[in-house]
Amino acid sequence: MKFTFFHLMPYRPLDLAARHKHRAGWVVLPNELYDPHKGAEEYHSYLEQLSQAEELGFDIIAVNEHHQTAYGMMPAPNLIASALIQRTRKAKIAILGRALPLVNNPINIAEEFAMLDNLSKGRIITGFVRGIGNEYHATGINPYFSHERFQEAHDLIVAAWTRPGPFAFEGEHYNLRYVNLWPRPYQTPHPPIWIPSMGSSETIRWAAAPERKYTFLVTFAGRDLVARYLNLYREQARQFGYEASGDQLGWASPVYVADTDERAREEARAGVETLFNDFLAVPWEMLMPPGYTSLASMKNTIKVRKALGAQKRHRLEDLMESGTVVVGSPRTVREQLERLREATGANNLVTMLQFGVLDDRLTRRNMELFAAEVMPHLRN
Amino acid sequence: MTAQERRHKVRDISVRLLQGGKGETLIYLHGAAGMPAWLPFFDALAARHAVLVPEHPGFGASDGPAWMRNVGDVAMYYLDFLDEMGSERVHLVGHSLGGWIAAELAVRNSSRLASLALIAPAGIRVKGVPTGDNFIWSPEEAARNLFHDQTYAEKMLAQTPTEEEADLALTNRFMAAKLGWEPRWFNPGLERWLHRVPVPTLVLWGAEDKFLPSRYAALWGERVPGAKVELIGECGHLPHIEQSGATAMKILKFLESVAVKPKRPRARRTP
Repeated sequence: MKFTFFHLMPYRPLDLAARHKHRAGWVVLPNELYDPHKGAEEYHSYLEQLSQAEELGFDIIAVNEHHQTAYGMMPAPNLIASALIQRTRKAKIAILGRALPLVNNPINIAEEFAMLDNLSKGRIITGFVRGIGNEYHATGINPYFSHERFQEAHDLIVAAWTRPGPFAFEGEHYNLRYVNLWPRPYQTPHPPIWIPSMGSSETIRWAAAPERKYTFLVTFAGRDLVARYLNLYREQARQFGYEASGDQLGWASPVYVADTDERAREEARAGVETLFNDFLAVPWEMLMPPGYTSLASMKNTIKVRKALGAQKRHRLEDLMESGTVVVGSPRTVREQLERLREATGANNLVTMLQFGVLDDRLTRRNMELFAAEVMPHLRN
Repeated sequence: MTAQERRHKVRDISVRLLQGGKGETLIYLHGAAGMPAWLPFFDALAARHAVLVPEHPGFGASDGPAWMRNVGDVAMYYLDFLDEMGSERVHLVGHSLGGWIAAELAVRNSSRLASLALIAPAGIRVKGVPTGDNFIWSPEEAARNLFHDQTYAEKMLAQTPTEEEADLALTNRFMAAKLGWEPRWFNPGLERWLHRVPVPTLVLWGAEDKFLPSRYAALWGERVPGAKVELIGECGHLPHIEQSGATAMKILKFLESVAVKPKRPRARRTP
């Protein structure tokens, strides 16, 4: 199994009482609540954690993109990736991912990834995402065209990476007379592309297609959904006439390890509960702007949500029970991760070992314990 | 009055349509929430006009062709609609998004129009006067912000839509986003072309509109030649519902003023 140390870089000094005077920790959260001096310290702590992950034996260190939010301080994740290239030697660096539909010229993304790939001599893994619904409020991009723009931007970026330039690109959203990337990517034919997703059947089919075979990551889902989506990918691959390899499959999850189950729960509680209730939680209208998903899947989501009833505060115990987070002694954590690996055959585990307000000291211990007590047992 | 509901096909697009009354043709273009039920407001207009209320392509049960990607496309569709109908004197009334469509149509080709009445139209932007963000509002905020008189909002919130109604509302919300999300509820080019509206124009606005502030009315008045601007007091973004009597009366009075007067036979001058 391959291990990714993934970071969201939340703004931990957030005044949570002030946060709840606003409809979300996103888009409308006044940026007066951000203190640059505290924020700068956060960046340093997090860069430290990411580079430490390499020393602890993680195969991949990973960052991602979110806008106008305390949930993650990386509107430009490639800047962090660039810093990480300088601080590390052999770990792969994954940007999971860039939100393609949000830019007006996807060539910018193709260029930046190509630069990072050259700077790192081929240590880059790219992630292509649409961004969550909130992002469409933050950027003004029309969610109705999100899928279209994603597909078109993907086609443009891959063409820019692989087709000899200059050539012209003629699309609906993007039209360029000259596509001619300098520099070209370091890896051949191009850096790996991963697709982190909440899991929609359209995305799974698209990622699994033989001409792509992109690694599919299920993010922020309970164990049943992780198993269902990853097996759906396997099933799709079979329908395409091939067997998906474990490297094509992965899932992402907050993980916390301490010497006993009880201690793990106690130490992880604030981090997990703030992650879900204070940083991530947003109203439906922000999360699901019209057109962000197809009409049919939006109707489905609404039905599921109705059946679940009014959204209550997420408690650690519930999140543990559904397997959305994995918290416990090394043995508990090993067993749970092993079970999901067996159920899915996935070879990629993307761990989030810092989450919510979890402080540096506990994060460091969590990382060390995970690396010493969990990782070796799952390494096949 | 009972209105007739039927389907109407122009080229390859079939839309739902409500129809009632007799007289010169009046077409009402609905707002972003979709085709309303037949309202008392329509009854008042239908007393003197043949009122048609089409459901825009992409909304509700009308066809939604993928190629219809912006308000300009919808306006061109309605030009086809008018040509197919063949009438030379159509009174166009548009509310909010419908007002925007009507204005886009009028600047393109107004040869079949006799008059234009815009009720709190979207379509242009007044810098420094922010509009409400209907896409971020919760259902409760939306109801409260659309009406001045909160009893209307309470009534709206007390209703639980059927599954079918909820599905239609979602379809409408999708199409509204397609047309109005970016730039938010306006076309930067439209204001430049409003001098090309050659027909008598009335602009009505709810004085307490929290979605598109009534300060927008003045700019319409400046840009559309000869446009008459009137505010309706104690009224939010839906004058045809919240102040239906006053709104219908103002429109009827305006329509009377633009009616073709029977020509008096001119006394022949004998040489």
